[in-house]
Amino acid sequence: MNLSRVFKDDVSVVLCGEAGQGIVTVEKLLVKALKDSGFNIFATKEYMSRVRGGSNSTQLRVSSQPRSSYVDRIDLLIPLDSGAIAHLKDKITEQTIIFGDKSVLGADTDLVDVPFSKIAAEAGGAIYANTAALGLLMGLFGLGLKDIQDFVSSTIGSKKPETLKPNLQAAEKGFEYAASVSGPGKIEILLARSHEVSGQVLVNGAEAIGLGAIAGGCNFVSAYPMTPSTGILTFLAANSEKFGILTEQAEDEIAAANMALGAWYAGARGFVCTAGGGFALMAEALSLSGMIETPLVISLGQRPAPATGLPTRTEQGDLEFALYAGHGEFPRIILAPGSAAQAVELTAKAFNLADKHQCPVIILSDQYFVDAYANIPPFDFSKISAQEHIVKTGPGYKRYAFSADGISPRGIPGFGDGFVHADSDEHDENGNITEDKNIRKQMSQKRMAKLELMTKEAEPPSLIGSGDFEYLAVCWGSNYGVLKEAAEQVNNPKLAVLHFSQIFPLHSGAREIIGRAKKAVVFENNFSGQFAKILKLYAGVETGGKVLKYDGAPFSLEEAVAELKKFTAVK
Amino acid sequence: MANNFDLDNIDIAWCPGCGNFPIHKALKAALSELNIDPLRLVMVSGIGQAAKIPHYIKAHFFNGLHGRALPPATAVKAANPSLTVIAESGEGDTYGEGGNHFIHTIRRNPDITNIVHNNMVYGLTKGQASPTSQAGFHTPVQVSGVFEEPFNPVAVAVSLNASFVARAFAGDMDQTKEILKKAVAHKGYALVDILQPCVSFNKVNTFQWFKERSYYLDSNYDPSDRVEAFKKAIEPDKFPLGVIYKSAPKPTFEENVTAYKKDAVPIVFRKTARTNLLEELLNSMR
Repeated sequence: MNLSRVFKDDVSVVLCGEAGQGIVTVEKLLVKALKDSGFNIFATKEYMSRVRGGSNSTQLRVSSQPRSSYVDRIDLLIPLDSGAIAHLKDKITEQTIIFGDKSVLGADTDLVDVPFSKIAAEAGGAIYANTAALGLLMGLFGLGLKDIQDFVSSTIGSKKPETLKPNLQAAEKGFEYAASVSGPGKIEILLARSHEVSGQVLVNGAEAIGLGAIAGGCNFVSAYPMTPSTGILTFLAANSEKFGILTEQAEDEIAAANMALGAWYAGARGFVCTAGGGFALMAEALSLSGMIETPLVISLGQRPAPATGLPTRTEQGDLEFALYAGHGEFPRIILAPGSAAQAVELTAKAFNLADKHQCPVIILSDQYFVDAYANIPPFDFSKISAQEHIVKTGPGYKRYAFSADGISPRGIPGFGDGFVHADSDEHDENGNITEDKNIRKQMSQKRMAKLELMTKEAEPPSLIGSGDFEYLAVCWGSNYGVLKEAAEQVNNPKLAVLHFSQIFPLHSGAREIIGRAKKAVVFENNFSGQFAKILKLYAGVETGGKVLKYDGAPFSLEEAVAELKKFTAVK
Repeated sequence: MANNFDLDNIDIAWCPGCGNFPIHKALKAALSELNIDPLRLVMVSGIGQAAKIPHYIKAHFFNGLHGRALPPATAVKAANPSLTVIAESGEGDTYGEGGNHFIHTIRRNPDITNIVHNNMVYGLTKGQASPTSQAGFHTPVQVSGVFEEPFNPVAVAVSLNASFVARAFAGDMDQTKEILKKAVAHKGYALVDILQPCVSFNKVNTFQWFKERSYYLDSNYDPSDRVEAFKKAIEPDKFPLGVIYKSAPKPTFEENVTAYKKDAVPIVFRKTARTNLLEELLNSMR
């Protein structure tokens, strides 16, 4: 194995092993150790839908500059079991340096032999192999023995003091191996470290959505666990006491969505998080939200379907479903954040939009986005706050009073002297059942009139690159990071990227900006180019090219670069 | 007799002679005798003829989806425990379409009253079998007669250790009112299954049929004995009426949830700024 490599900007580290072997623990500790040391981190994972066994891997991009995409390239690989190398065979190249235990992986394997199992056994048990790997990697990134000892003491040691000694022993052994392969002519990691980065917070998409919900005043969560959205529920449950958030695991997604509607009706700010299958069960409640004009905020984390599909993989295949789910006609808002920071901001905004427009708001993400960790710049929470639109009712209050913009002042029971009536049947201004044709017509017009103001307030798409573009790569949601970085790498002054963080209603400027391109292409993680269809239908623009990926994995940086080069090469 | 919960000029969509009328009257009388303020009362219902009842009572209401009265009712009470919440629908709505919610709401034990109009037939869809239809009941859909075991809500509720389980008969307005008063006053989930005739679509389970097949529990009956209650729930010949089971006192859903552990103020009225706490949380994640 050729160890002579110098890394100045960016290292891709991959840990791979069976579910239950402790990869998640190493990942968590390593990203923290490296971030605290001032390296930028972008970590993604792919895992199987099982509790034990199989092959799961985590990729850490450790870099001098902030990065936000997943790469095919593997620079340093730590396979923890014999299945790992086979699992990653398409990504391992001559450039990949593998650190492994020949006694586990086989004597013929070409790798740097690190006797993890022997180190672990000497320390006191198989579990310490993970700490040895941690010590090895921290050492390779240039951290000193004392840094490693301090880190292990303050993390593992503070949680389980009785395991401190064996953990320290294993970490030190790992560090010794790192020292033996580091230096001129061997592995040299010379990444810049930033004091600013060390003070930043590492969050994944799920935590970002959870933080946004808290900032947006969410005080009621009802959900049924479902990958990839369970992390949002657990994050909010963990913080339920601190923030007074009523958190309940519902018996099914039908109950979850109907509870959230009951909560909003009573004056709380309800939230549900789910994936496509659960969202399917919520479709009737979505329609109810539209009819009773009661707000609802739904986080929909996509994964490949139909049906159970690939439960732990990623896709953007539920876009049209999110847009059209629910019987009947009613307006809705669909947001699709492109970064963790944007997820905080847009999730908070979702609660305010739902409250103001009295409609469902869907935050559309995916497994890749929800599970990806990155260090984010400091967030100013004083800039985002819960803006409430509840009125005190008076005698004769009419819940569905007609108004010019379609929005009727929303009262809640027990606040004022009026009665608050919500009815899923067509209703009159007072909320009572009616079959009067004129009222039906007026009520339909009133509900749909809200689209006008929603459109006025829509998030504009963001342009990355020069406004003087000829080639335009269009994307939405989680593909922001990879296309931004790919475009930077392609470095063609005539190429720009246009990212949409609001899918519906579309910002009115979408048509003009896409229309300016000589050539446009849409990047999407689905089979049929769903966003391209939406652009055609609602913005009236044909984007022409489509780059579609639907194998369960996100676009890698290399794939995006290759596609952008192909796209810009055509005259 | 005039009542706080009366509404003027309403067009009631029930058939003449419907069992819903005495239930409607009994409920308004019970609420009035309990001195409940209409402005503090939220009626939650699903869909069906019984589920239209909120439109005929002076109160707030949430007339939601078929089968889905209990989840929003639970949420309304949890969001603002100072309100009185009644979830009221038919047996098709509550035990059929909403069966899963029925089970889990009992487990959750919110302080709400669940009134179920049980006429053993689907009225609004014009005469199909309901979960409680008796074996042999013929309908345009069940052309050879119902063969499924009828759903026994009382037995299910007792098996789940529901905090309050009662059964009433719409033919006896006074006793129905008394049972409803106990249910509404009870702290915790209270089920009142009310047997009622459907004059349009059920020619078998008539007023007379129910009258002959029901009896009131006597004053010596002890509703705290769960095994006795279960025996009552599965008696084959006649339906016992009255309070069949009351569990030992237990905390309600609202009392159990973390959000109310330290602060009793309804979450809808808490106006604490979160900026500092969020900064604190973010720091802890560093």
